[in-house]
Amino acid sequence: MNNLVVLPIVVPVIVGMVMVIFRNILWFHRLLSLLTTAFIGIVAVCLLDQIKLTGVQVLYLGGWKAPFGITLAADMFAVLLVLVTAIVTFCCFCYAFSSLGIERERHYFYPLTLFLLAGVNGSFLTGDIFNLFVCFEVMLVASYVLISLGGTKIQLRESVKYILINMITSSLFLVAIAYLYAMLGTLNLAHLSVRVAAVGQDGLLTAVAFLFLIVFSIKAGLFLFFWLPDSYSAPPTAIAAIFASLLTKVGVYAIIRLFSLVFYHDLSITHLFIGVLAAVSMVLGAMGAVAYWDLKKILTYNVVVGVGFILAGFASFSLVGMRGTVYYLIHDMLVKALLFLLGGTIIHVAGTAKLKETSGLIRLHPKLGWMFFIAALSLSGIPPLSGFIGKIFVTEGTFQSEYFWLGGIGLLTSLMVLYSVMKIFMNVFWGPALTEETEKVSTEGLLLPMGILTALTIALGLGAEVIHEYVDLAAAGLLDPQGYIDAVLGGKL
Amino acid sequence: MKEPNDVILRTVTKVAVVIILTFAINLFISGHHQPGGGFIGGLAFVAAIVLLFLVYGIEKVRKNIPVDFKIVAGIGVLIAVFTGVGGMISGKPFLYQVFGHVNLPIFGETEMATAVLFDVGVALAVIGTSMTIIMSIGDDR
Repeated sequence: MNNLVVLPIVVPVIVGMVMVIFRNILWFHRLLSLLTTAFIGIVAVCLLDQIKLTGVQVLYLGGWKAPFGITLAADMFAVLLVLVTAIVTFCCFCYAFSSLGIERERHYFYPLTLFLLAGVNGSFLTGDIFNLFVCFEVMLVASYVLISLGGTKIQLRESVKYILINMITSSLFLVAIAYLYAMLGTLNLAHLSVRVAAVGQDGLLTAVAFLFLIVFSIKAGLFLFFWLPDSYSAPPTAIAAIFASLLTKVGVYAIIRLFSLVFYHDLSITHLFIGVLAAVSMVLGAMGAVAYWDLKKILTYNVVVGVGFILAGFASFSLVGMRGTVYYLIHDMLVKALLFLLGGTIIHVAGTAKLKETSGLIRLHPKLGWMFFIAALSLSGIPPLSGFIGKIFVTEGTFQSEYFWLGGIGLLTSLMVLYSVMKIFMNVFWGPALTEETEKVSTEGLLLPMGILTALTIALGLGAEVIHEYVDLAAAGLLDPQGYIDAVLGGKL
Repeated sequence: MKEPNDVILRTVTKVAVVIILTFAINLFISGHHQPGGGFIGGLAFVAAIVLLFLVYGIEKVRKNIPVDFKIVAGIGVLIAVFTGVGGMISGKPFLYQVFGHVNLPIFGETEMATAVLFDVGVALAVIGTSMTIIMSIGDDR
């Protein structure tokens, strides 16, 4: 029993509700939101150390033992993601202070983002598949409001699509859970794993696994990403960055958790299929990113490529590939947030998202330009930045499992990604400045959060040794779920 | 658009609201051992207020119940979460509940449980949320 596990879920809820009660004191909201994310970060670091020493941390809510009560289980993988989530949200809050505008801030931006954070953390930490559904809903309901916050025309149009897609997906999710419960009689993930192993993963269970895969693929933007590019370019920058960095990753996390803990008995069907989906979304995403000349569109298609690449490593289901997946997932969350913030700043400065209408920004905004350059290199996996290590492990993993086509597609699309972001860099920052007189748009306050993220992506590449131990434990824990099961069920059953 | 001649409706409402409110409290209290509880009790409570809205108009009710229901919802959630945190402070898991028997003057031997506090929070959250929804839908032209 470890009560620390529940703090990343409960603290944002409490703080958010306090903010709702004291609605009009804006500096109070800003201060509290920063403190909360910092606090969650500290809790996550404490948990990382405890897990390293004593294994998976488990909390039985209300003292009701698994598999009867609701269990929270924090393994290395989940807590690493909680930590990165806290960092990303911290930076997006910083960015929102000077970019979002008083009206949006006043209309519950901070409490809503904290509720979203609670849902995201809950999804990472829960050890119960129905609770996963509930946390998904908490996160989605907050995101419904955030995507339409401000009520511009494009936002309202996209939010209708977004809500419809997610409603349908959530009902499919519920149906899938019902099937699973009808077949196995339990909802606890560890208990499910034991029972699936006992009865064997037959055709019927594999069919249910595919239903889950469809659900999470829509949420993660894996192959079924038709809704994603439009929805993610509608809200303001700070919100779009949170969405791009966190929401799809929760879907990715759910796929990884479910297919490493429960449905891992039929690799040649389920995991090969995940690999195919990953390859297709990498190719389609990269094609989208190369084809468009609109900054927001290029960035959102890169989200799809990233999701594909993360799951390519997972599909290989080898230790190296898994290590790459964890590493690349962490890197992707950081760098996607960074790129979206940078993209939003460029649009703010240039006044347009069309690449052909901007030029020569590096003269007025050198820091912005170089940060974008670093982020672009990191995204496409140039050493020594953070993307490199993830890419090399993922590729090695796919080659090890003899999915040469998958690794090859991963490398090929990395080139296309590099081309797409360099296209942005060259068109926006090179060339003659369009405006002669230097009427510089202020980027005051926007550079700090992006600076933090840029520093992190450099540090994550150069100092990979520091987190390597944790990533290794996370990858090993995913490949061998016995530790997780023993911790949750306490050796019984 | 109130009809001028709704004397019957008004008279019935005055009685019915009291009955509904009593029933809501009854549902709430019986929830510990029998069907009922904070959620359904809160909804029944809201039903009474909505009836008042329909009969007397939104402005009049708002004047007589000068509460911001968003804040009610917030306080409700806080109460519910803090009963969970209470367990953590005493070294037990989050959401841990205790109960005991107390001898009250009128009721005699009564069972008291911290789960009731949690339910109070749930009830307030439900009242606050559904009232906010109904008021913001009903307000618009």
